[in-house]
Amino acid sequence: MQSTLLEQLQADRAAKRPVVLATFLKTGEQRLLYLVGKQGLKDLDPRIGEAARAALLEDKPRTVETEQGPLFLNVFNPPLRLILVGAVHIAQALVPMARLTGYEVAVIDPRSAFGNAERFPGVALSNDWPDEAMAALKPDLRTAVVTLTHDPKVDDPALQAALKSDAFYIGALGSKKTHAARIERLTAAGFGPDDFARINGPVGLSIGAKSPAEIAISILAQMTQALRQQKSAQEA
Amino acid sequence: MSDIDVDPLNQAQTWRKSGKGVALATVVTTWGSAPRPVGSQLAVDEDGNFVGSVSGGCIEGAVVTEGLDAIQDGKPRLLDFGVSDAQAWEVGLACGGKIQIFVEKLA
Repeated sequence: MQSTLLEQLQADRAAKRPVVLATFLKTGEQRLLYLVGKQGLKDLDPRIGEAARAALLEDKPRTVETEQGPLFLNVFNPPLRLILVGAVHIAQALVPMARLTGYEVAVIDPRSAFGNAERFPGVALSNDWPDEAMAALKPDLRTAVVTLTHDPKVDDPALQAALKSDAFYIGALGSKKTHAARIERLTAAGFGPDDFARINGPVGLSIGAKSPAEIAISILAQMTQALRQQKSAQEA
Repeated sequence: MSDIDVDPLNQAQTWRKSGKGVALATVVTTWGSAPRPVGSQLAVDEDGNFVGSVSGGCIEGAVVTEGLDAIQDGKPRLLDFGVSDAQAWEVGLACGGKIQIFVEKLA
């Protein structure tokens, strides 16, 4: 690899630009491929562009056969993100676990008694209302959103924003009864069964979790399942 | 920041900027129960220091050696490791998987 190419790749990663590093395995010749249209791909087989796009969307590197031999497409996607709504005890356990798993974590809680730097040192915190905070954070298909407050005033706007986004995982803390009431409110707000199927509620895999840390594990496990097995809330 | 957060590309860039010879190894293909997914990387400097991983520790030694060779001769190489490989006896994957690794010098 040329140092100049590595510098460009590092700049792309720093700017959170999804990029594919294409390497001809016979010669070591390399180039970077981006999602923007077909620019820069004119001299490449269109199949390569398509494969690079699929690799980015699925976050899965692959090798494609070309006239110049095998071409390896390595994927450099921006980090996974987790948006936690509710700076509660479970969040305190979930933040370090999610970071260890590779997520950039943001915590939203308009109640500064909960969402403050003493309880969440070094964490990106927002004390804005969730609708504003979510609009600023712009969840995408590499983002998980989990609501933890139990308070419809705080959770519902965040859930609505999450449902309007491509977030790959949406979880909402609360019992089955709480969840049923939530579905009623969302129905009144114009959401339907396809939306509800995206919400994991009660949140987390059923592993008998009791303590905040155990509940955090069950949530992170379910996020991992959604990410790696592409299971919807209904199948899980 | 703990050790497992050390990013091979960041480290490779840091080493290169300090004037060291550097090679990168990348998992390009896996069969069976390979321990690290395709795309996993390891960076090695001319002194044999390395960060990142391409297996569960079973073949890192051999990959580092190939990396040192690549730093010397500048040629990329494609390495196969697995149970059916002759090298497997020495540096094989205990888990029974097979992996292919691309090693290149950072020029």
